[in-house]
Amino acid sequence: MLVGHQPKDFLLAVSGLTVSFDGFKAVNDLSFYVEENEIRVIIGPNGAGKTTVLDLICGKTRATSGSIQFRGQELTRLRENEIVQAGVGRKFQTPSVFEDLTVFENLEISYPRGRTVFGSLTFQRDDAVKQRVEEVAEMIFLKDRLNTYADQLSHGQKQWLEIGMLLIQDPDLLMLDEPVAGMSVSERAKTAELLNRIIKDRSVLVIEHDMKFVEDIAHKVTVLHQGQILSEGTMEHVKNDPKVIEVYLGH
Amino acid sequence: MVINSRFFNRSELLGFLALAALLLVILPLSLDIFRLNLVAKYLTYAFVGIGLVLCWGYGGILSLGQGVFFGLGGYCMAMYLKLEASSVANTKIQSTPGIPDFMDWNQLTSLPFFWKPFHSFPVTLLAILLVPAFFALIIGAAMFKRRVGGVYFAIITQAIAAILTILIVGQQGYTGGINGITDLRTLHGWDIRTDHAKFILYFVEVVLLFGCIVAAQFIRLTKLGRILVAMREQEDRVRFSGYSVANFKIFAFCAAAVFAAIGGAMFTLEVGFMSPSFVGIVPSIEMVIYTAVGGRMSIFGAVWGALLVNFAKTSLSESFPQLWLFGLGALFIAVVLAFPNGLSGIWADHIQPRIDRLFASRKSKSAAGMIADGAPAE
Repeated sequence: MLVGHQPKDFLLAVSGLTVSFDGFKAVNDLSFYVEENEIRVIIGPNGAGKTTVLDLICGKTRATSGSIQFRGQELTRLRENEIVQAGVGRKFQTPSVFEDLTVFENLEISYPRGRTVFGSLTFQRDDAVKQRVEEVAEMIFLKDRLNTYADQLSHGQKQWLEIGMLLIQDPDLLMLDEPVAGMSVSERAKTAELLNRIIKDRSVLVIEHDMKFVEDIAHKVTVLHQGQILSEGTMEHVKNDPKVIEVYLGH
Repeated sequence: MVINSRFFNRSELLGFLALAALLLVILPLSLDIFRLNLVAKYLTYAFVGIGLVLCWGYGGILSLGQGVFFGLGGYCMAMYLKLEASSVANTKIQSTPGIPDFMDWNQLTSLPFFWKPFHSFPVTLLAILLVPAFFALIIGAAMFKRRVGGVYFAIITQAIAAILTILIVGQQGYTGGINGITDLRTLHGWDIRTDHAKFILYFVEVVLLFGCIVAAQFIRLTKLGRILVAMREQEDRVRFSGYSVANFKIFAFCAAAVFAAIGGAMFTLEVGFMSPSFVGIVPSIEMVIYTAVGGRMSIFGAVWGALLVNFAKTSLSESFPQLWLFGLGALFIAVVLAFPNGLSGIWADHIQPRIDRLFASRKSKSAAGMIADGAPAE
């Protein structure tokens, strides 16, 4: 295991990450590394700390100790919006879109320009913005819903919209928390297709329970249990690990 | 009309014209100068309401301390007017001539340093805008950077309103105390107490009000306006879209403070004095009520709310002085329970569709145009 200094080709290097909530260590001395263009899936039983890991990386939760290096930049010291600007995008488990705004406006807000107060006052909806929004809207199957208010969308469409909002940010590391949860079978298939398309040219960190889906997309799988890594490797390796079978896959 | 159809959609343009017709033509022609001056006083609260629409309606930041900024604007103006009224010639019977009378009564022998800039009219105008903005910036930065929001923020703004009132009342020698700053006479040598001056000031105020309406509408239509709405709903999503939520909240709060301050400064000019009774908790809450009644999501609604509630307040308190406060309370409860979007919500939900249908039955073509206009601005 690499300790101290990490080689530069890791996009994300998490080392010794610990967070404790009133003494309970939700994530305990966790270390893992994500390479450029790697698709990493985190699986594990409920309460294993999967979502907490994403919260820690994106700055929603502050680490008690440990370090998160993203392209050599220490994320634990940055504010949430600075982490986004560094190139980390996060999708939440429950779709969080702006329901009082239209699909177009939702996507436009995520367009990475004019993010300061003054910048947003002088922001112009020019052709570049329109074109990009329409492009992304087409990818997320919402091209003909651009002027629909987001509260009119179905659950699956909201999930797509949020994925679209991330796409338009064009992050180097995309973090998705259960992207197909609560979707119908046909929506699930479409989402898998969508994800397969958008994960190109970037690293992706996914939390997912759907094993079929995991097998389809994962380069590497990390199994979390009680805030620690139980097993890590290819899906094949993890599936045959007796410890994993016992706590997670066995039943 | 120079304003293009994208800036105001059809119904907003009608609202703008209706308000302009009422304030610039109908009221000045039909009311005597006493009543017109009352309308001018009501309208000063419309400035506060416009700020609250941005800050509270759009940004979701409920401030129960807008009286602070109304007061700061008003006091800045009053200090200038008071200094002008306290010339050596006017105050030669005082033991220290040339300082405001209340300072002399409180044994002050020289003008305090923070009064000195208010000898200058341009500095005063700048101070009216900058002092409240700076104050809001400090409060906003202290609160929003620490993620204090919602009810806690509302309570803290209340506390600040209370503190400022106590401070003004307690520091009588510097502020005029509970009586406020009174006996104001001239603005840059122009007597503001005459009927003619009141008439002119009314029009100045209406023009400023329309300026503020346009400014607020501009902010609403920029991406910043949409971020405010987004922030109100999903603060975290805004944060994780790369925006500093605190900075946007600070901006909205400062903008609301500046609008309120312009109203306060006009109040001083229209009414002829400024006192702590327009700063504290009760006036601050009343300002929120005007906005709620008018509709916190509507810039025009805020103006109508300020006009109508104050009109009701004057007529009712003339006839039933004891009952008025109960009436105001009942009105607020009724609006919150039955019409959360206030008068403008009633208009948009019940009256506007009927008008549209009337037009639609007459001319089906123009109805199609109206639907297109009603679509969200792009």
